Amino acid sequence: MKIYLIIIYLFVCNFNIAHLFLSAVYSSPTAIKIGSKKFTESVILGEIVTQLIKSTGELPVHQRELGGTRVLWNALIKGEIDIYPEYTGTISEEILAGEGAHSDEEIRLALSNHGIKMTKPLGFNNTYAIGMKEEVAEKLKIKKISDLRHHPDLKFGFGNEFMDRGDGWPILRKHYNLPQKNVRGLDHDLAYRGLEKGTIQVIDIYSTDAKINYYDLRLLEDDQTHFPAYNAVILYRSDLEKRAPHVITVLKKLESKITESEMIKMNSRAHLGMIPESQIASDFLSASFSLETEPYEESAIYRLLRHTGEHLFLVVISLSAAILIAIPLGILSVKLPGLGQIILGIVGIIQTIPSLALLVFMIPLLGIGGPPAIAALFLYSLLPIVRNTYTGLHDIRPQLRESAEALGLPPGARLRLVELPMVSRSILAGIKTSAVINVGTATLGALIGAGGYGQLILTGIRLDNLSLILQGAVPAAVLALIAQGCFEALEKFFVPKGLRL
Amino acid sequence: MITIEGVSKTYGKTTALHSIDLTIPTGQTTVFIGQSGCGKSTILRLIIGLIQAECGSVFFEGTRVTPETAISLRRKMGYVIQEGGLFPHLTAYGNVALMARYLGWSEERIKERLNVLTELTHFPSEGLKRFPVQLSGGQQQRVSLMRALMLDPDVLLLDEPLGALDPMIRADLQVDLKAIFQTLGKTVVLVTHDIAEAGFFGDVITLLRDGRVLQKGTLEELVQSPADPFVTRFINAQRSPLDSMKKDLG
Repeated sequence: MKIYLIIIYLFVCNFNIAHLFLSAVYSSPTAIKIGSKKFTESVILGEIVTQLIKSTGELPVHQRELGGTRVLWNALIKGEIDIYPEYTGTISEEILAGEGAHSDEEIRLALSNHGIKMTKPLGFNNTYAIGMKEEVAEKLKIKKISDLRHHPDLKFGFGNEFMDRGDGWPILRKHYNLPQKNVRGLDHDLAYRGLEKGTIQVIDIYSTDAKINYYDLRLLEDDQTHFPAYNAVILYRSDLEKRAPHVITVLKKLESKITESEMIKMNSRAHLGMIPESQIASDFLSASFSLETEPYEESAIYRLLRHTGEHLFLVVISLSAAILIAIPLGILSVKLPGLGQIILGIVGIIQTIPSLALLVFMIPLLGIGGPPAIAALFLYSLLPIVRNTYTGLHDIRPQLRESAEALGLPPGARLRLVELPMVSRSILAGIKTSAVINVGTATLGALIGAGGYGQLILTGIRLDNLSLILQGAVPAAVLALIAQGCFEALEKFFVPKGLRL
Repeated sequence: MITIEGVSKTYGKTTALHSIDLTIPTGQTTVFIGQSGCGKSTILRLIIGLIQAECGSVFFEGTRVTPETAISLRRKMGYVIQEGGLFPHLTAYGNVALMARYLGWSEERIKERLNVLTELTHFPSEGLKRFPVQLSGGQQQRVSLMRALMLDPDVLLLDEPLGALDPMIRADLQVDLKAIFQTLGKTVVLVTHDIAEAGFFGDVITLLRDGRVLQKGTLEELVQSPADPFVTRFINAQRSPLDSMKKDLG
């Protein structure tokens, strides 16, 4: 009985803590929510839009670095966010792929079918380009993309998004008839490092990328005009016209206001000058609109606390739910062996789904932010607990099982008074494993807007800022150790003394 | 009274019992003896309802033992197995009191009962605080016996209760057990493979072979008028060391 009370007590405590964070982390539903993708330019644009809207008296929320196009688009459709910056090329080639929308008018029409509207271009074209180190390109005399045909041994490293988008690598290869076989998909921000180290020679790049000068890159001429224009625009939900017409008015102020060179400069300030995006946005608004806004940057300590809160929220809720569900599932698997094989099979299969894929699967069901991340973490936490409960109960010596039966205890009492206490150590070991996996996997929650330490890691990778990566990675590791330590301490309460001698 | 009527039991392809008919008289000690796999433990497990017969019935005090009736019938039986079957997470006290606590006995009543039982089984009461791993094999069997006797059952079922013990401890416990049986006057069903132990305890000895009753009677009857040559072979196989000494001395 004691064990149940403790489990319930822990759950209730967790829930209270979680509720506390919930209110702190996730904002009110009526606030205007701006999203941005996980690259610097998008974050800066998101910040500009946010500060501009703030100047109208609204209290907008900027959900930074939510992920890639799919995540942002789905969030916009579902109303998880109201506004985000996008590029016309991405809209026609990826979001509306196959709908044959190419001109701005066609795009507008197709978007309106989804309940989405688009501003006029903001003024700059951030197209995809193919880049190489200047010295390597010079040595090999490569100036145009078509020159790559004569160098089949070059190694290509493309951002994962570029690997399979409508105008990405497969089509580029066909268009230019490129022979290279050694092509890998990797995180876009990591591609620069590969280029520096020489493990790859050719990467995809954005034409307003701050790193073009920093890494001394040559952009290859698109001599057979493969890449469409990527004019920056702002997408917003049509319902905003009724909900907050003044917001649309200020959004339109940004039309034709940002030139290519201005955007490159802003990107450089963020990447090379390590200036916060909010400051860059504020400076832009001040210069272009004479609008004085207050850039909001939280202190490092507050930021760490906030991410700790978000991370704990994800872990505590998902793990508590997993404990409450997985132990009964483990018991059921032993008592009904036929069903048990199915249960163990399913939780096993869940474990093999790549975490990023599982997170993205959750978005259509649960939107972005905490809930889908918690659902995914919950699913990942099941296997170790179910399996350890199952194995523990399954391996109880038959003599002991029969002794309990021979005493005249009914099945429920046997489970409660004899079997579960005897396997408590095994169950707790499963919970410990789940907790450590959970803390680690929760860092991926940042990819879909759930925050946590992963946010610092993502931003660190994006800005090539090792200190920021460590600010996320070290607390995550420490939290994993603390979680393990806590459960080890709990052994004294959960595991009967007779089993610890 | 326990009656077994036309009971057969198979485990996969092996037949453990071939249509057995038996009556176990009340207030006596009945011993089942035979080689490993002769079906003697199966009889105990059928009586307490841990397994069910394919055909035939087992009756306990007139009630047929079925999965439904077993849970309440078991509370009128005490069951002791070879290595105690004590639950490692509970102290000796916790093991003995488990069922009484489940039935809602007061701690006071439990303590009173334990005083009686520790005295009866010669178990030192300070040992009640210990966990099974902290007890010797002989002490574990005494705890197991106390657990079986806790609810003051009508019948004691003992499956090789002394089989895993050193000879000296085993001899001590044999004497104590017999005294307990005599004091309590309960129906006792004991399974052993040791003919000397069977003779020591048993009012009636039932010798089983391959799932069939070969002979039923006192030790003298088994020795003096064996129903089958196997009976003599079985008895002679377990000779005492004194026999060989006598032979050597000529």
